[in-house]
Amino acid sequence: MNTPILEMKGITKTFPGVKALSDVRFSVAKGEIHCLVGENGAGKSTLMKVLSGLYPHGSFEGEILLEGKPQRFRGVADSEKAGIAVIYQELALVPEMTVYENIVLGHEIRKGIAIDLNETIRKATDMLKRVRLDLNPSIRVKDLGVGKQQLIEIAKALSRDVSILILDEPTAALNEDDCDNLLKILGELKAQGVTCVMISHKLREVIRIADTVTVLRDGKTVCTLDAKKDEVNESTLIRHMVGREIDNIYPKRTQLPSEEVVLEIRNWGATDPGTGRKVLKQMNLKLKKGEILGIAGLMGSGRTELARSIFGNPDGYGLEGELLVKGTLRRFGGPKDAILAGVAYASEDRKKNGLILIQDVMQNITLANLREISARGVLDSGKEIQAANHYRDALNIKTPSINQTVMNLSGGNQQKVSVAKWLFVEPDVLIFDEPTRGIDVGAKYEIYLIMNRLVEQGMSIIMISSELPEILGMSDRIYTVSSGRITGELAVGEATQEKIMRLATS
Amino acid sequence: MIVDDLRKAVKKNIRDYGMYIALIVIMGIFTILTKGIFISSRNISNLLNQTGYIAVLAVGMTLVIVIRHIDLSVGFLSGFLGAIAAIAMVSWHMPVWATILLVLGLGVLGGLITALPVAQLGVPAFVASLAGWLIYRGAQVMVTASTGTIIIPNASFNAIGNGYIPDIFPKGSFLPGVHKLTLILGALTILWFVFSELRSRKNKLAYKFEVPSAGMLAIKLVLISVVIGLITWVLAGYNGLSWTVVIVLAVVAIYDFVTRKTVLGRHIYAVGGNPEAAELSGISVKRITYLVFGSMGLLSGLSGILFASRLQSAIPTAGTLFEMDAIAAAYIGGVSAAGGVGKVTGSMIGALVYMSLMNGMNLLGTDISLQYVIRGAVLAGAVIFDVVTRKRKA
Repeated sequence: MNTPILEMKGITKTFPGVKALSDVRFSVAKGEIHCLVGENGAGKSTLMKVLSGLYPHGSFEGEILLEGKPQRFRGVADSEKAGIAVIYQELALVPEMTVYENIVLGHEIRKGIAIDLNETIRKATDMLKRVRLDLNPSIRVKDLGVGKQQLIEIAKALSRDVSILILDEPTAALNEDDCDNLLKILGELKAQGVTCVMISHKLREVIRIADTVTVLRDGKTVCTLDAKKDEVNESTLIRHMVGREIDNIYPKRTQLPSEEVVLEIRNWGATDPGTGRKVLKQMNLKLKKGEILGIAGLMGSGRTELARSIFGNPDGYGLEGELLVKGTLRRFGGPKDAILAGVAYASEDRKKNGLILIQDVMQNITLANLREISARGVLDSGKEIQAANHYRDALNIKTPSINQTVMNLSGGNQQKVSVAKWLFVEPDVLIFDEPTRGIDVGAKYEIYLIMNRLVEQGMSIIMISSELPEILGMSDRIYTVSSGRITGELAVGEATQEKIMRLATS
Repeated sequence: MIVDDLRKAVKKNIRDYGMYIALIVIMGIFTILTKGIFISSRNISNLLNQTGYIAVLAVGMTLVIVIRHIDLSVGFLSGFLGAIAAIAMVSWHMPVWATILLVLGLGVLGGLITALPVAQLGVPAFVASLAGWLIYRGAQVMVTASTGTIIIPNASFNAIGNGYIPDIFPKGSFLPGVHKLTLILGALTILWFVFSELRSRKNKLAYKFEVPSAGMLAIKLVLISVVIGLITWVLAGYNGLSWTVVIVLAVVAIYDFVTRKTVLGRHIYAVGGNPEAAELSGISVKRITYLVFGSMGLLSGLSGILFASRLQSAIPTAGTLFEMDAIAAAYIGGVSAAGGVGKVTGSMIGALVYMSLMNGMNLLGTDISLQYVIRGAVLAGAVIFDVVTRKRKA
């Protein structure tokens, strides 16, 4: 057998009080696409930080071999020099700078002491070709979508002659189209001899693209599976990741939604005041009591704008059309009015605009409904503690105490805090934007169970999701959204991934 | 065992205690260097009165920084409003109470004007308040231009910055030379403190929360009671509590209550912690911005009154660099520039640390240029300490 291009042996990394990695083995063959999977907190990102030198040599046990030669990285610069490039979930591009400036950032091409602009642009154009991006390199990065930005990150890595490209959940923020494109490009890079390590929560992608899969659980290597030997399939992966069987990741509901309409929009439209662009056009939608209504659409289709325009319109769009909540015509002056009318919105990006990370679990849970735990503006700490404890137990939020800072919780538990916050408002309608983004299989399942319980208690949920299996698995009814219009309505029985995709791209 | 607890408690709360320790160390050093003059009743009383006009600004600035803004205009707003107070009494013959109301009202107005472009258009507060800094500076020179310094002849106004609370027992009845009402107030404060600590512990136990051991609590109670007792005794040995100290304590108590115990306070910290999440939780970020800047303006007015009353006159340069002193006090007091973190009590202590330095160095006759260098070094040290201890915790 050939020497692996990368081998990590006996890696043990301890943080105060926690063993994040214990005796981890990880071996990557030259020119393959190697996926690293595992639940949140399994140690995937920690392992990659060890590899990239972010945790320098000496801060962990074990050894790293590149083509058989032991390495001692004292920092990220060392690992970069050795040909390792890591692309993190949070993109490291400078939005205000141009594409070419970003691609050569930190490795500027110079002529004398000045930057050689022509050579820089030529090189950037070459790199863009390799990731099949046909755009003007003088565009500012902020004017591009996330999908393209991701590709620019890859182009940036390629410009440094990488031999191993590491991608930490590259598709988490991408829509189906961009995902598809990214995976294709990874395939092409493989053909050019670039070795890829990809961390991903999306098992379908892993199955599609991986040559080899390594599963981590609780900081240990569980197994390494070979796609050629047909070992890589969804149930095997889930079994290894969670250490138990989950028969159906979409739990079934027994109760059917009632016919009562709790929320309706008629001829709904919205105009962005900044650009004058119509982001929503002529939308009609009905939500029934006790229903999970799936909204399927690509990123930029207007699905989030739809949610936010209903939820008190914090972006200040020019609105037209009618909004009816429980039969009454409403016009919300802000999120506060929407909350009082029984409409809640759990946003797609819990870190950016859902939670207050520096505050504790309790303060986050009670934030949207402080009137419930106060009298004449003064907080009742006893009531607050009771409320927070109640939701912690009801949603099984794993935290040492309700005084724990939310920043220190795992993604799945953060999402539960975000759900708890909205449940404490006791809304009739919960608009749930990407309910399971960036959380692991086990936590996803728990979120689904909670959603089922809520609709069975009579709440109605509008679920916006990029993941078609989730839409198909959880919804009672599905609307597809594309360029600001509702392009179709499907009962879950007649919907298939292909049908939804066709409507969502029409 | 208690020693172990103590070590643990100090480690865990070093950030909270750091400032108090710094204050005690600074006071100790100056007491030794000045051979006891620093800790004398007269000087401490003087120091607290000097701290007053910076401390109220620091309290307001804390909230401004908590919601991720800054207000540079407060120094000259305070100076300008002090001049308005003098003019109102001297030229317009307004009574003291009306003057105070007018100045506080104008202060709120000034704060709201600074907030207007910030809240409505998203203009950076640094720029909006820098414009205010220039405008109020000009306005202050303008209104004092004809007369220069305006002497305030009103005794009851001047008592705010120089007077002391009256004693309830006639002088010399017993304990001659000691201010009895001050002693009684000090004793009541200690009783109230002990009582509220015990009640809070009982509440926490009822919810099965982790509480420090009984020994630890005893140490804390004794220590703080001794400090309050000492300060009271020192002050009672001179003229007793000054009106300035009473006003500052009242401001700090009200702001401390609002920030920690009310819905409004929670909303302010939520806006500081994550404005977008706060907005989506039904909190109006605009409303909070107006409120916080309005309160800053109100306290600028109060600061102007305290300073003018202390000098018994309005001068064209009043308020110079007050904003910087207040910002420094807030940062020394542990406010985070990233937003969402900071206590008003911390900022009050920060102001005390800062003013103790000035007062002590003045007593020692330290050259003014060297004073600035040392104040800068202490500010840098305090912020570095804050950042380092925060990192270790994370």
